[in-house]
Amino acid sequence: MSNSVIGSKKKWITKKTLIYLILIGGSLVILSPVWWMIATSLKTPQEIAQYPPSFWPDSFKFSNYLEAWQTAPFTRWTLNTLLISGLSTIGSVLANAFIAYGFAVIKFKGKNLLFGIVMATMLIPGFVTLVPQYIIFAKIGWVNTYLPLIVPSFLGSAFFIFLIRQFMRTIPKDMVEAAKMDGANHFQIWWRIILPQIKPALITVAIFSFNGSWNDLLGPLLYLNDENLYTLQIGLQTFKGTVSTQWNYLMAMSTTVLLPIILLFFYFQRYFIEGSNLTGGQKF
Amino acid sequence: MSGMKEHPIQLGTTQKNKVHNGKSRDRAIRKPKMSKLSLKENIWGYIFIAPWIIGFLGLTLGPLVFSLITSFTDYNVTSQMHFTGFDNYKRMFTIDPLFWTSLYNTVYFVVFSVPLTTAGAVIVAMLLNQKMKGIKIFRTIYYLPAVLSGVAVYFLWMQLLSPSTGLVNTVLAWFGIDGPAWLFEPEWTKPALVMMKMWSVGGGMLLYLAVMQGVPKAMYEAAELDGAGSIRKFFHITLPMITPIIFFDMVTSTIGAFQIFQEAYVMTDSGEGGPSNSLLFYNLHMWNNAFEIFDMGYASAMAWVLFVIVMILTFLHFKLSKKWVYYESGDEK
Repeated sequence: MSNSVIGSKKKWITKKTLIYLILIGGSLVILSPVWWMIATSLKTPQEIAQYPPSFWPDSFKFSNYLEAWQTAPFTRWTLNTLLISGLSTIGSVLANAFIAYGFAVIKFKGKNLLFGIVMATMLIPGFVTLVPQYIIFAKIGWVNTYLPLIVPSFLGSAFFIFLIRQFMRTIPKDMVEAAKMDGANHFQIWWRIILPQIKPALITVAIFSFNGSWNDLLGPLLYLNDENLYTLQIGLQTFKGTVSTQWNYLMAMSTTVLLPIILLFFYFQRYFIEGSNLTGGQKF
Repeated sequence: MSGMKEHPIQLGTTQKNKVHNGKSRDRAIRKPKMSKLSLKENIWGYIFIAPWIIGFLGLTLGPLVFSLITSFTDYNVTSQMHFTGFDNYKRMFTIDPLFWTSLYNTVYFVVFSVPLTTAGAVIVAMLLNQKMKGIKIFRTIYYLPAVLSGVAVYFLWMQLLSPSTGLVNTVLAWFGIDGPAWLFEPEWTKPALVMMKMWSVGGGMLLYLAVMQGVPKAMYEAAELDGAGSIRKFFHITLPMITPIIFFDMVTSTIGAFQIFQEAYVMTDSGEGGPSNSLLFYNLHMWNNAFEIFDMGYASAMAWVLFVIVMILTFLHFKLSKKWVYYESGDEK
């Protein structure tokens, strides 16, 4: 009896060690590209070209960052990106929470059918509507403005509507009914009762929207022609044309562009992970 | 006082759906009052979903119809639109060799990246679904690449894949492997992109992890009593439980992989298609037609062919799912 218990305990310990070893190995694989980016950004061009490459920079040339930043209007591009990402995040949170309330709380004719359509739109490849959307925005004179990058956020997106709706449905119906009895209308109920209770979901949507907007290349590429209007993504892309193979500069600016997202990730980790859990817990 | 007044009303509302059907029938008899209320509710409902309706009509349905019409014309933004029948489609299937190249490249990418990232995500989730010290740190590390994307990451990978001084070939050299030139060799460009995709399996991993953690412990304990080992427990308990998520993941990542664009656009110097057009993906070809030579008609036809392909695949996914996806309470009634 006791022998087999000891045996299984031993087995568990070796299994545990094995799992640790695999996990540490995997972590190295995942983190080494990030380190490589930082290391390269601090090297001199000579060191980057040398073979075999070094894992630890000889000189830590922090001036690469300043030099690269000054080569192109990065300050301007950063402000542009913050403006677009900020506005579309606000739009996304408000609109999706608003729409989700309609689907989660109010009873109206055709609701199920319409919600089915919402879900079905997730299956439409975005590229299919790209050309006509461009033509529409061109016709109303929105090309070379930020409107095509911001306004659609105020019209909701299927995935976020779904996510917030799931969250809203966990709120007891009595609260809504009680507020109705007190004479509150749906708008007041949405704003005063529901929104404060779904803060985690709203933060999740805000983070995902901001992240998506920050990393978006396609939209700016399509709609922005004027270099002064560029975002960081398209700016970085043109920056490569300027510095071509000066990888120290390219990696310095890549690190800079990714840094806010990395900080956001560590600060709001819980919400990134919770957001995925919300949808992951659902059965499809 | 007011508390007492509310009491009966609250009771009525807390009794859930089961009673509800019967109640609404009662309501229908007392017609005038209730229909006024439900009219108001209907109006509120549509007010709340109005933004979505505008977006759906203006940015999805309208454009879909518009591009279908455009696909039968020679529309090029500047000159008058002419109806050309099936010319665009004929050109696509019979004349334009790059159409087939781009379709092949895209299917290649889908066929390798979707199963590999799905399997990768399941395996990583399994490893991370342990009660061990520091497991949360590992979860954070594995998830990190999923939030990193955009041009910076593509530049990073161009650097990592650099033939002589990149990290990937440096590591391969430790094992005595002479790594390929990756983005400069036609046979290796697409595997390189699949590898890049694999780096961020953490995104899918979280979905699986969430479901795995929801599997009742009693099921595993019962299996252990029957003498089942880790492998049997995985194939008989964990795997069936996560099949709905595998299904969801496969459907969405197939659609996503079909639309690969940004990676190829950035990594081939603004959409040139890479060596021997080996990175000319479907959407890149469509993009070049639409926004480089402004052949909107042809691009729209390509968009619709893509739409149909993706719809057929999604339909097949749903059809086949009945054979392998396990739903706890989904037995036919």
